[in-house]
Amino acid sequence: MSKGEGMQDEERKKSRRSAILQGFKAGIPIGLGYFAVSFSLGIAARNAGMTAFQGFFMSFFMNASAGEYAGINAIRDSVGILTTILVTLVANARYMLMSCALSQRMDPKLGLGHRLLVGFYLTDELFGIAIARPGFIDPYYTYGAALFAGPCWAIGTAVGILVGNLLPESVVSALSVALYGMFLSIIIPPARKNKVVAGLVLLSFALSFMFSRVPFLATMNESLRIILLTVGLSALAALLFPRKDEEEETPDEGASDKDMSDQDTEKQEEGKA
Amino acid sequence: MKVYLYLGVMILTVFLIRALPLTLIRKQIKNRFLRSFLYYVPYVTLAVMTFPAMIDATGSVWAGVAALVVGIVLAYIGVNMFNVAWICCATVFVLELVIRQIGT
Repeated sequence: MSKGEGMQDEERKKSRRSAILQGFKAGIPIGLGYFAVSFSLGIAARNAGMTAFQGFFMSFFMNASAGEYAGINAIRDSVGILTTILVTLVANARYMLMSCALSQRMDPKLGLGHRLLVGFYLTDELFGIAIARPGFIDPYYTYGAALFAGPCWAIGTAVGILVGNLLPESVVSALSVALYGMFLSIIIPPARKNKVVAGLVLLSFALSFMFSRVPFLATMNESLRIILLTVGLSALAALLFPRKDEEEETPDEGASDKDMSDQDTEKQEEGKA
Repeated sequence: MKVYLYLGVMILTVFLIRALPLTLIRKQIKNRFLRSFLYYVPYVTLAVMTFPAMIDATGSVWAGVAALVVGIVLAYIGVNMFNVAWICCATVFVLELVIRQIGT
């Protein structure tokens, strides 16, 4: 190895360390938010009969809010394995979009191991902070953030399952809406900016309500309802309102950070004009 | 044990969803229908999962309805995810407290 390469190695190590540190700092507020939300996820898991370790295991390896919630429903209702796979696919379909978007921002030389590990931690928030940085995605930045936020998510779920038992009913009832509040904060801002999305959200609410209340339809379990309505309504919207290419460069629904999604929308509006 | 089978299936599925495009796709998806479909999927899924589950989750249906309205308004005016979540919780807590007071 020549002297020059040795120096480059040193610099690479230094930039890695600083990327991990920067990522870790960005991961602190994310982790605190994760803890609160995964706590309410733990309450749902407890109601489905899961143990604290199962909750920890699930959250540590899945890193998904809506996806885990859909999975908890599947476990609670003891639906078949195929239905479980389908509902997991549907509830996490947005990650496929994010993964596609992120693939466009990767250094073509980046190795398979890094790609798999970044994929493993591809959550709404880590995706948001990763694409907010200029240039190629730095996997070490994502690792730094995941180092703090990942355990918060898993521990929060386990604590929710454990302590959910000890909390008074009024507190459990209140905390049970945290997850839905989070979902609303993902779907409502894009609905405000896009009439098709707004109509789609309203229609989804209406049909979901109908499916859960109309006597015959209500016998269908929640997982199946989610799959049928998602595939049906999304396909209908894609047929009636296909999106222009320039509208979709960055899937803004994934970024929970408000500034992020605003920027994306600005980009989209420029594209339209 | 059955729970771990479910968890294993879920973990593998979600990992493949996230990692496969990242490792396999080097170019953008061209098919317009598929792109549009993928774009709409998250909104419909989350909307279906939110309602009516949100109003069924609370002790009082009306507290759930109030939290839903509060959540929509806050998200609409651009309040961040964490704040929307805890203010929804606070809404349910306070309303159920009031409802219980009136009830007794």
